[in-house]
Amino acid sequence: MTDRSTFEAAIAAALADEPLQLALADVPAGFVAGRQRARAELPQFDRLRRTARDIRDHILANLDVYLETFEANATKAGSQVHWASNGEDARRIILDICRKAGARVVTKSKSMVSEEIELREHLEKASLDVVETDLGEYLVQIRGERPSHIIAPAIHLRVGDVAKALRLQHSHLPGDRELETPEAMITEARQVLREKFLAADVGITGANFLIAESGSAIIVTNEGNADLTMSLPKVHIVLTSLEKVVPTFADAWPLLRLLARSATGQALSAYTTIVTGPRRQGDGEGPEACHIVILDNGRTELLASDLRPVLRCIRCGACMNYCPIYCSIGGHAYGSVYPGPIGAVLSPALGGPSATAHLAEASTFCGRCEEVCPVEIPLVSMLRKWRMRDLSRPSPTSRKSRALLRAWAILAARPRAYRMAARLGVRVLTTLSGRHGRLRRAPFASAWTRYRDLPAPEGRTFQEQWARRKRIDRAEPT
Amino acid sequence: MSRERIFAGVREALSGSGNGRARSRAVAERLANPPLHPAGATGAPMLPVELATRFKAHLQRLGADPVEIAREGEIPSAIVNYLTARGLPMRLRRANDGPLASLPWETAPALTLDTGSAKADDTAGLSHAVAGVAETGTLVLASGPESPLTLAFLPETHIVALKADAIVACYEEALAMVVASCGGRLPRTVNLVTGASRTGDIGGKIVMGAHGPRRLAVLIYGPHTPSVPVSA
Repeated sequence: MTDRSTFEAAIAAALADEPLQLALADVPAGFVAGRQRARAELPQFDRLRRTARDIRDHILANLDVYLETFEANATKAGSQVHWASNGEDARRIILDICRKAGARVVTKSKSMVSEEIELREHLEKASLDVVETDLGEYLVQIRGERPSHIIAPAIHLRVGDVAKALRLQHSHLPGDRELETPEAMITEARQVLREKFLAADVGITGANFLIAESGSAIIVTNEGNADLTMSLPKVHIVLTSLEKVVPTFADAWPLLRLLARSATGQALSAYTTIVTGPRRQGDGEGPEACHIVILDNGRTELLASDLRPVLRCIRCGACMNYCPIYCSIGGHAYGSVYPGPIGAVLSPALGGPSATAHLAEASTFCGRCEEVCPVEIPLVSMLRKWRMRDLSRPSPTSRKSRALLRAWAILAARPRAYRMAARLGVRVLTTLSGRHGRLRRAPFASAWTRYRDLPAPEGRTFQEQWARRKRIDRAEPT
Repeated sequence: MSRERIFAGVREALSGSGNGRARSRAVAERLANPPLHPAGATGAPMLPVELATRFKAHLQRLGADPVEIAREGEIPSAIVNYLTARGLPMRLRRANDGPLASLPWETAPALTLDTGSAKADDTAGLSHAVAGVAETGTLVLASGPESPLTLAFLPETHIVALKADAIVACYEEALAMVVASCGGRLPRTVNLVTGASRTGDIGGKIVMGAHGPRRLAVLIYGPHTPSVPVSA
């Protein structure tokens, strides 16, 4: 969590970080183009978005009943369901399970909920060898960083950065080995991680969806790492949050049809796995125990608030890929677990509003996030709500903003004074701009004019032009 | 207790939206009769042959290798041909469910065969798919005592046998076939496989074989049952 000044410094650093800027420049050609292609190939894409929105809203409006149903069916299938109000509860439950299993090596597939509660760090402190198995997540782990994107954790890294990190981490391998191409790096990481998969005592995955009617979890990856994580060790732990529950498989398919298309532009990710309980009689493999840990961590408060629609989110990351701010500063600058527009709305609710409400200012309100959201979350109005809340809290910045807004409100409520002030402003700016019609410097706007000229008004205020047109219309009836 | 606290919180949050018992009844009703949502990409009903064409086109786009054979008895020799053409080791760990148990494996003497769970040094795994989904070129596998799911993830080459008339339009139909084939209940895992393992995590370039198989071959056997159009 960052405060405002750290956030501002991080933005400046990100903008000046050339390698990061080069990495971010690829986002439009990759994810954005991919989504556009996928959408074009599915004529009912937008109809599906409305369906998905309605399914998610129905779930949220009946969340207690679906959670109870899920719990009953998961238990019937042989899983143990655990409930965690906050990160501390979840970490304690998971550490207990690991200890009881006598675990030394724990493999993990990607889970944003685990990032939210800093699970890996916590288990490492308890002397467990915890390994992230999603390649991007592994790179972030060995570099001692946080993911910078919810579906592409290492999107901020370029090929050279990865080679350097692998050489540093895999010091047991010959120093003169060839490691130029992504293929070579992946082969190396695959071999190192394969050992971990085989040695693991406990495997921890997230869940994209929980199915109430059957007590199943649906887990999606492209690498197949979640499948190895959940199948090879003797204990499987699913860590997820309570809004992930979905009534039936019939309701899950529309969400799955949207998820990968919105995320990477794939029609479906390579591996979509429906897992229902631990190994069964006669099975020669699979975990002996399956634990499902369901986390709240501020979500019930969101459910009760006017921000409820944010809980529709299925974590595709499209809002980030389309966000001009995210694509300029990357994920780390936000300093929150979830970056981008969804992060700016969600993070303050999960981490305490005082810490991160300023993230809502990292938006131009252009609305692309909302246009591409597969579950139609009204992200812009939710960002605006956080801005309003932030403004009502006492702070030097909010005092200044409030004073300016109050001054503007006084003026706006007095039409004659407003017209006079507008006329005066327009005349001054027109005079200052001279013949070019552009201002190289403007009072109170140096932040803007440092990088570009300010177009000057064209002589008259809008109201004056409007009044003039009306006069002309009256003079020349059509 | 977290459980009580969470449920109290959720009920409190939802207290404005009608009484709990009425909602429970409505939910029970909806669970018993799941709504029909707009289905997948197929649109109008398709003939079996159209479904197969679409399915194969998706596989090709995904970088998988569809191989068509006339009869299930040709599966062993088709596997030998596939492995030979790519210079791969003549070893195969196979599932033993469906028709795989009774194939004429003696017609492929070059092949070293094993059954059971996959091991770390296995080079090729053979599974039998319950269904193929034309919508996205997805294979639907059901785990069980005779069909270990590790066959699909540990070896570098994954080969899947699929009956041509098991290619259906959408996931909804495929899952119904899985449940029917497993005596009316879900198997422990249902694996939807759409192409081989891949990652884009290094420099945004898609590379195959991240943790699971580098290559996926689909042996489509038998005739497409000529029948009335299947609904989408």
